[in-house]
Amino acid sequence: MAVLTEEQSMIRDAAKSWVQARSPVAAFRKLRDAGNDEGFDRGVWREMAEMGWTGILIPEEFGGTGLGYLTLGLVLEEAGRTLTASPLLATALTATTALLLAGSDAQKHKYLPAIAEGTLIATLAVDEGPHHAPEKIALGGFESGNGKVTLNGRKTFVLEGGTAGLVIVAARTSGKPGDASGITLVLVDGAAPRGLTRDRLRTADSRGYANLTFQDVEGEVLGALDHGGGVLETTLDRARAGLAAEMLGQALQSFEVTLDYLKTREQFGQKIGTFQALQHRAAKMFTDLELARSCVEGALSAIDRDANDVAQLASLAKAKAGDLVHLVSNEMVQMHGGIGMTDAHDAGLYLKRARAQEATFGASSYHRDRYATLLGY
Amino acid sequence: MSAAADPDLEAFRTEARSWLAANFPPSLAGQGAVMLREGGPGAGADFLRWKKAMGERGWGTPSWPKAYGGGGLSKAQARVLQDEMARIGAFSPIGGMGVMMFGPTLLEYGSEEQKKKYVPGIVTGTTWWCQGYSEPGAGSDLAALRTQCIDKGDHYLVNGQKIWTSGAQYADMCFALVRTDNTRKHEGISFLLIDMKSPGIEVRPIRLIGGNSPFCETFFTDVKVPKENLMGPLGGGWTIGKRLLQFERAGLGGNIGGASGLGRSGESRGLDQVAKAYVGARDDGRLADADLRARIASHMMDIRAFMLTVQRAAGEAKSNQGPSATTSIMKNAGSRIGQERSELLIEMMGHQGLGWEGDGFTRGELDTVRGWLGGKATTIYGGSQEIQNNIIAKRILGLLDHQ
Repeated sequence: MAVLTEEQSMIRDAAKSWVQARSPVAAFRKLRDAGNDEGFDRGVWREMAEMGWTGILIPEEFGGTGLGYLTLGLVLEEAGRTLTASPLLATALTATTALLLAGSDAQKHKYLPAIAEGTLIATLAVDEGPHHAPEKIALGGFESGNGKVTLNGRKTFVLEGGTAGLVIVAARTSGKPGDASGITLVLVDGAAPRGLTRDRLRTADSRGYANLTFQDVEGEVLGALDHGGGVLETTLDRARAGLAAEMLGQALQSFEVTLDYLKTREQFGQKIGTFQALQHRAAKMFTDLELARSCVEGALSAIDRDANDVAQLASLAKAKAGDLVHLVSNEMVQMHGGIGMTDAHDAGLYLKRARAQEATFGASSYHRDRYATLLGY
Repeated sequence: MSAAADPDLEAFRTEARSWLAANFPPSLAGQGAVMLREGGPGAGADFLRWKKAMGERGWGTPSWPKAYGGGGLSKAQARVLQDEMARIGAFSPIGGMGVMMFGPTLLEYGSEEQKKKYVPGIVTGTTWWCQGYSEPGAGSDLAALRTQCIDKGDHYLVNGQKIWTSGAQYADMCFALVRTDNTRKHEGISFLLIDMKSPGIEVRPIRLIGGNSPFCETFFTDVKVPKENLMGPLGGGWTIGKRLLQFERAGLGGNIGGASGLGRSGESRGLDQVAKAYVGARDDGRLADADLRARIASHMMDIRAFMLTVQRAAGEAKSNQGPSATTSIMKNAGSRIGQERSELLIEMMGHQGLGWEGDGFTRGELDTVRGWLGGKATTIYGGSQEIQNNIIAKRILGLLDHQ
């Protein structure tokens, strides 16, 4: 655990007790069983805003607390422990980051206070195919005057895409897919913008994803026309680090539940945790958890320090957290045996969520490749 | 089979060929896997006609004795029948635990009356059997089972709970391990045949993480069982039960190359084709993702190694070298390869490999996800991966707990 300030410790403790009381795994299970169409509980989201979590990145002048990424990461980690479904990552981290990095004063005033209050759900729309590939953005936009861009094309697997009142679209306004320049971030505002179709996706992890189709949808430019690629990459790196924090919390909880089972389940007249084969697998998971924690906290702290190796650390954290959550979610099922295969047990919920997190903002293989590229080989 | 084959065998081949031509509905050709998975009660008229014909002929259980309705074929004849069926895409419509596991055990340990009473129903596929082995506290440590069976003079009284009773909701009969003596662990277990329509039996399907319910919890409350339903001696259930598990594992091992392990659940194309479709390829045909490419290659090598091992084991078995040591590694190797295939598939499908239902995903994508989740059971059931490793370490390698 990183050395925390007193304020950070307080926020983490508050998050821990709120999550256990108000958002246990049972709450997520209930949401899933009810076939909730939005992918999260509005009441829970309101409470998260009241706790101040939606404004952790937002400066005081816009209604937030400006405490930074490590602090938000602590909350995401605790929320991840119980599979809390909420727009926190998409809105309070990802969209907020893009607005902070590139927004005009007017844009910040318009959106940030609403995000801090919890009244605006915002998201970033990047991918256009089955895999995370910001370098392949093709969705077209053309300047339609007055700082506006008109969009045509499709975005896939947009987090909270069914409910977001603000969609930040990464569009290609010049050049061709693969070019470094020519990317523009565009703000598509409103519950039902003209020409926008939202197709809700029913996923194994029961979250609020949607595919979005844009047909002559007009939006305002966020930042500089044709030069949004840098902001997009920085935003994505911060989102990756935040998602890695959520994955860390989820892996930790899976591990602790499994460890508890090893200490209580008896077969052959003894606790199964006395079998060395299982002990060593538990020790391996613990080792991986500790290594991944260092990477996640290292990436979040580097963002707060505005260090020059954030990109490397973000890819490191996302790849390590991905491998960790993959291993631990499989072991959770296997070590629980038959009971872990039942829907009534939580192991399946953790397993399904793990694969969705692994694919979001780049799988481990994507980040290993990117890490090599960043290091010049 | 060389050209100089046994004339009697060739006569049998002619007989089998003409009987199959007369009885196998061509509409079912190649449908075996689909029919047996999704068929059952909802199957069509052709399937039922085929099942009736095979049941009456006893060829769904070709080498079982004719006296109880089996085919009465020699091993060589059974192989010829299998060849002839494969040639025209025919399959055996007689299946389930009765054929795979209970029947062979019944023939070995059942009394004459029990064989006469129960074998014909298995041969014709009219009696469906389920397995009452595991309990919540007795999984890998099966001998810890506690379901009580008390001798009430003219009948037994059964109380307890079984779990993972596959297909119990459809079963007519249950072969169960019950405790008849609380003072001895293994010798206190007996093998009992229980009519599932008996008063006091409650069956609750268990929903699994893949959304289906192939297994049940079965509760026994003061269930009366006739005394003639004890199979084998009182307290002799563990030996019979273990013998039955050998039939089960042989069945699972055989399935690994087919439906359950390396099977093509949801996606029938090769991994390389799927990867190219979802991940893309460079101009020279290489997969765009080098990391994924290396892992697919490693997986394809594992499959090849597994298939070569299956062939080697079959060859060794034929040349009568006795059971090969390789059989002990089949379940773990096969189930691990099957699970890796599913993991690779959903990874290469990316976001499209995360669907649960609805229009946003193709049927193949959704089936792949369900298959991935369901496949997690292959390293748990039929003796978990850990139990198999114990067997390899202790029985094959001679590594004992205390040396």
